[in-house]
Amino acid sequence: MTERSHAAPALWRHPEFRRGAREMTGVALGISAWGVVAGVAMANSSLGAFWAVVMSLVVFSGTGQIASLPLITGGAPLWVIWAAVVCVNLRFVIFSLQWRPYWVHLPLRWRLTVAYFCADLNYFTFVRRFPKPEPAPEQWPYFWGGMAVNWGSWQLSSLLGIALANHVPPQWGLSFAGTTALLALTYTMVSDRATWLAAAVAACAAVAAFALPLRLNVLVAIAAAVAVGVVLDHVAPKPRRAEVAR
Amino acid sequence: MSAVELVIVIVGMTAITLLTRGFFFLQRSQLPVPAWLTEGLRYAPLAAMVAIVAPEIVMSQGQLIGTWKDARLYGAAAATAWFFWRRDMFGTIVAGMAVLLALRLALGW
Repeated sequence: MTERSHAAPALWRHPEFRRGAREMTGVALGISAWGVVAGVAMANSSLGAFWAVVMSLVVFSGTGQIASLPLITGGAPLWVIWAAVVCVNLRFVIFSLQWRPYWVHLPLRWRLTVAYFCADLNYFTFVRRFPKPEPAPEQWPYFWGGMAVNWGSWQLSSLLGIALANHVPPQWGLSFAGTTALLALTYTMVSDRATWLAAAVAACAAVAAFALPLRLNVLVAIAAAVAVGVVLDHVAPKPRRAEVAR
Repeated sequence: MSAVELVIVIVGMTAITLLTRGFFFLQRSQLPVPAWLTEGLRYAPLAAMVAIVAPEIVMSQGQLIGTWKDARLYGAAAATAWFFWRRDMFGTIVAGMAVLLALRLALGW
């Protein structure tokens, strides 16, 4: 991949940019609903509207922002706030291992740029589009097409939430739109018995370990599902794959 | 919290987000991760997703919900049905929200 292909004007016009954007618009409604929810939460915390806007535009990590709010309001020490953000972001460390083969050949400044922007939903649409973990020239425009929609819908809705903080009735259940978006994405990822089982185990583990602080139940669920997945891959891989191939 | 403290908090949070999201690709050299773990970690994104979604549907205030009169259950069921019928993301969200709002506003569930 040459330096020129990273230039913005060429990116816009690339068909993969449009494809990336299009495949992200399906979930943009869910992203926007969360954005509004996060915006309302930030504006109603001790941050106030100004710092809520700054945080939203700079940090770009919805779960990190929401996790930090009660701690900032409660006057927790700096290291506790940061530790909380590290915990809710630990899933990104795992995702980054999967991102690695696609991006590791890029110059450091582009890897830093990607690292700042690569949120959950980009990961899911990207891996569905490029299941093979190896670099390809279409990946760069595809990533930024999806990113443009993801970043844009998140920031716009987040600012809207901050502005409307006192006018969104909680019984509208806006955050549920985000939940259904994730539900749909989950269904696109379950394909065979192993993934269904891993998903069921993860769901039970996440509910059972819900009492853990800082959403660490997510890590418990990941550990449980990976354990089940590894065991399944080693116990019964061949017969099942042969069946599928037939 | 003072403005200076808030700036420090926000800069730190941004740095943490950057470093966690790029943890395994910001440096070129390969960190030693065993092959079985890399294999197994392909279940991780799915698990992370389910772990966020499941409690949102079946729990409230940290407890499993103890009633069938919860609009989220039917919203999730409608979203699921729509997804497997049409395989379309936007319709899934709309179907789930429509059922949720109808039950909440009409029956107060």
